[in-house]
Order: sequence, then structure tokens, then C-alpha cells
Amino acid sequence: MIIDHPLLGPRDSAEFTYIGDASLMRRPDPATASAADWHAYAYLRANPAGTHRELWFHEGGDRSYLVVTRNTLTHEIEGVELARDAARAERTP
Amino acid sequence: MRYSGLRVIKEALTGHKGWTPAWRDPEPQAAYDIVIIGGGGHGLATAHYLASVFGERRVAVLEKGWIGGGNVGRNTTIIRSNYLLDGNEPFYEFSLKLWEGLEQDLNYNAMVSQRGVMNLIHSDAQRDAYTRRGNAMILNGADAELLDAAQVRREAPFLDFDNARFPIKGALMQRRGGTVRHDAVAWGYARAADSRDVDIIQNCEVTGLRIEDGRCLGVETTRGFIGAKKVGSAVAGSSSRIMDMAGLRLPIESHVLQAFVSEGLKPVIPGVITFGAGHFYVSQSDKGGLVFGGDIDGYNSYAQRGNLPVVEDVCEGGMALMPMIGRARLLRMWGGIMDMSMDGSPIIDRTPVEGLYFNGGWCYGGFKATPASGYAFAHLLARDAPHDTATAYRLDRFATGHMIDEKGMGNQPNLH
Repeated sequence: MIIDHPLLGPRDSAEFTYIGDASLMRRPDPATASAADWHAYAYLRANPAGTHRELWFHEGGDRSYLVVTRNTLTHEIEGVELARDAARAERTP
Repeated sequence: MRYSGLRVIKEALTGHKGWTPAWRDPEPQAAYDIVIIGGGGHGLATAHYLASVFGERRVAVLEKGWIGGGNVGRNTTIIRSNYLLDGNEPFYEFSLKLWEGLEQDLNYNAMVSQRGVMNLIHSDAQRDAYTRRGNAMILNGADAELLDAAQVRREAPFLDFDNARFPIKGALMQRRGGTVRHDAVAWGYARAADSRDVDIIQNCEVTGLRIEDGRCLGVETTRGFIGAKKVGSAVAGSSSRIMDMAGLRLPIESHVLQAFVSEGLKPVIPGVITFGAGHFYVSQSDKGGLVFGGDIDGYNSYAQRGNLPVVEDVCEGGMALMPMIGRARLLRMWGGIMDMSMDGSPIIDRTPVEGLYFNGGWCYGGFKATPASGYAFAHLLARDAPHDTATAYRLDRFATGHMIDEKGMGNQPNLH
């Protein structure tokens, strides 16, 4: 698979380490989260067959985190953005 | 029809006109006591033990394609019980014992071949770890032997013993491990279950679960609604899709694992050999092909095909272990989709929905588990209590802190 890095252009996915579901960016608030919230965050996954937003770490490159939108049925990549930008966009109402 | 040597001779003399289909092709009935979703190894084994051991009379197995077309047809056919942890070892040893009696139980030649499984040792630390594992196996009634380098050399002289990076210093050997003809497992279980009136319904995809007041009443399928007192899901790879129909999220990610087979060669590899330094395992099929595999591709996938970096990685592992493999041509490769659970161990349990039962999360280990998985799931479905060897395979073990983490990797499915 080729991941089109927003800053560096197309890179081989072998340069990256797969982190998991992009929902891992939304860590529960330690001040208010219950044990059930942490269980859901750490262990439960939607695991969709189709479009999946996921985190890839450019370990063999610029060490940025990307949010890659990929189809798990075809391996087709539909979108790539910096995780930083994705997190900011989620925070802005 | 019962199979026997006499029967083969009789048919040979009469033009093979007496053979009948091994299982029926029935229309689905309106309702059953127990419906199993998934006509793979685990689903069919569950149906067989439900009918033969637990006396259930009205059982159906639903398969969206043809039986045995999923993971049981896409694996590397290895059986073994070389596990370390108490939650796992008795279960896999129970499974190996069932494999040993499988052909007599099913009256079907599944080509169970106990040719031995050898895990190679490359360092002193690894020898310590495998010694401990071997002791755990023996304590649980399995067999294990620690071989030194000279003994390994007698078993498999073609290995690269003096490799500078991965010198071979010995092996953990389980002689009762080996291989089984994978398709014959599905067919044998299907035939045996069918002979006890289990309906095996192919080309019948489950499209929904009918749940009212927290109770599962049956399944919606492409061939209409089928009612059931109990519904069991055994669809490893697609477990999340089935449980999503019940609004449940699982501690599971689906990943692809690739496997490979070379052109047919003369007998060269005596048993199953696993490379302790990387991730590579190889055996030779009865047709002569070298069957081998390695790591999963490492990211969520339902594609049933892999990508090239893992092909390269697996071939590198093979070359480091046995350079002669470089002269064999790769004949074909395939990918299976597996439930990778968060601790690398399976789940056989009731779900929060009354009447809905779950069997999944087998990671790479589903094939060797087939008989015990079916037996334990049948026990759970028939008696509403876990089988003695499967009490640790709970759905809520991540919430309660009772993980069975063989590799000590934590909640990273792509590292198990």
C-alpha cells in the first residue's frame, strides 16, 4: 500500500507502524472517566468492514502520526491527514 | 453410508456407482432449538458435538457461502498443544486428544498425521523460556521434549545451524503435534452432523438478528427468518460484523494472515518446524508442497488477501532458517481473515443478549482448536455453563483483569 503523506508525498506503508483505530486519539478524561469508559477505550473496537479511520505512525520517516481513512475490504486509501490536524478539527465545534 | 475398506473395494468393483452425497442440502425449517452461524470448522464441530454428545435434535448450521470456504480452508493445517498458561494449555491438550480420536469418531479420513512440531531455540534465554513452557505442558498432561542441537540436527539436517545471527541451539519438540487435512475436517464434521439430522444450510447469509426485550429470537437470513431458542456465532474473522447486529462491540480486530505453498517436492521436511528468532513456520503437505507462513499483515483487513511487505518478510525468515527453500518455486499464496483479540486468546461465552452465544477471537490458533472449540461451544449452548477447559475464555475478562496473554503483549492485537 502507498500512503500519500500530506507533507512528504507518497510513501510505502512499510515505513509506517500501524497503531490502530483513530478513536484511540479520544482518550477519556481521567478526572471524570469510569472504569467502563477505560475498558471501552482500551479494548472495545467497532472493527468495521469498509471505511475505517486509523492511526499510522511514520516510524521510518518523519515520525508524524497520520489519520488514514482506508477501506478494510479493498485496502483502498480514501484520505490521509496529519493526526494533529484531525485532532484539532475534532476539538473545534 | 458408513465408510470402510470393504466399501471401497465393493465400489471399486462396481464402478463407483454406490457413493452418495456426504451431507444433505435441506431447506431451512421455520425454527430450530439451536442455530449456529458459520459453517466452518468450529461451527460444524459444534453441531456434531451438540448432536452426538449433548443429544440436541433440532440444530441447524447456516453458512453464507459453501461449508469450509472460510478460514478452515485457508490455514496451514498445524495441530499442537504447546501453550504455557493455565487458561490455555488444558484446552489445547483436550483438543489434541480429540484430534487423536477424530477419524474413528467421524468415520472419516481426516489424515491426522502426528509428525511432530519443533520450536527452534536460538539463545539461552529462549531455552529457559521453552524449558518452562515444556514443563507447563507436561504438568497439564501434554508431551514435551527438550532437544539439544545435535538431536535437532538428526531430525532436520538441512537447517542453517551455524547461522551467525540465529544459531540453532536446540528445540522444544512436541511429538504428538502435526498436521491434519483441513478440508477433510470440515467435510468429516459436516457428514457426521448431517447423519444425526443436523441441517447444514449453505448459501444462507445471516443479515440480522431478531432481538426483542434483550432476547434473541432467531436470525434474519437471505432465505427468510429462522427462529431459534439459542443462536451461536462461530464466524471467526467476521465476528464483529455479526455482533454489531446485536449492538455489541468486541475486544477484537480483524486482520489478514497470509500463507504460502511451494511446488511439490520429494519428502524433505519430517514434521512442523517453527523459527524461534523471527516468525516463520513450515511443514510439508502429503502432496509434497512446502506450506509456510509468518506474521499477520498488521492492520485491520477483511480483504482475504495480503500485501507484499509481509511476503518479503516471510521469505526472509524462511531463507534464514533453511537456505534450500530459496530453490523452491512459490506455487500460490492466500490470506485468511482472523479475529485478533486483545490478549491473543479466544472467547467462548454467553453475550449480554439472552439466547445469543459467542465463539471467536481465535487469532492464528483456530485450526488446532477446532475439536475442543466445537465441544466447548456445544457444552455452553446445551448446558448454559462453560466446559471445564474453557472457563477462562470469558467475554468480560478484559473488564475484570483476567486476560490470557500468552505473549505478554498487552492490548495490541497486531503484536500477538
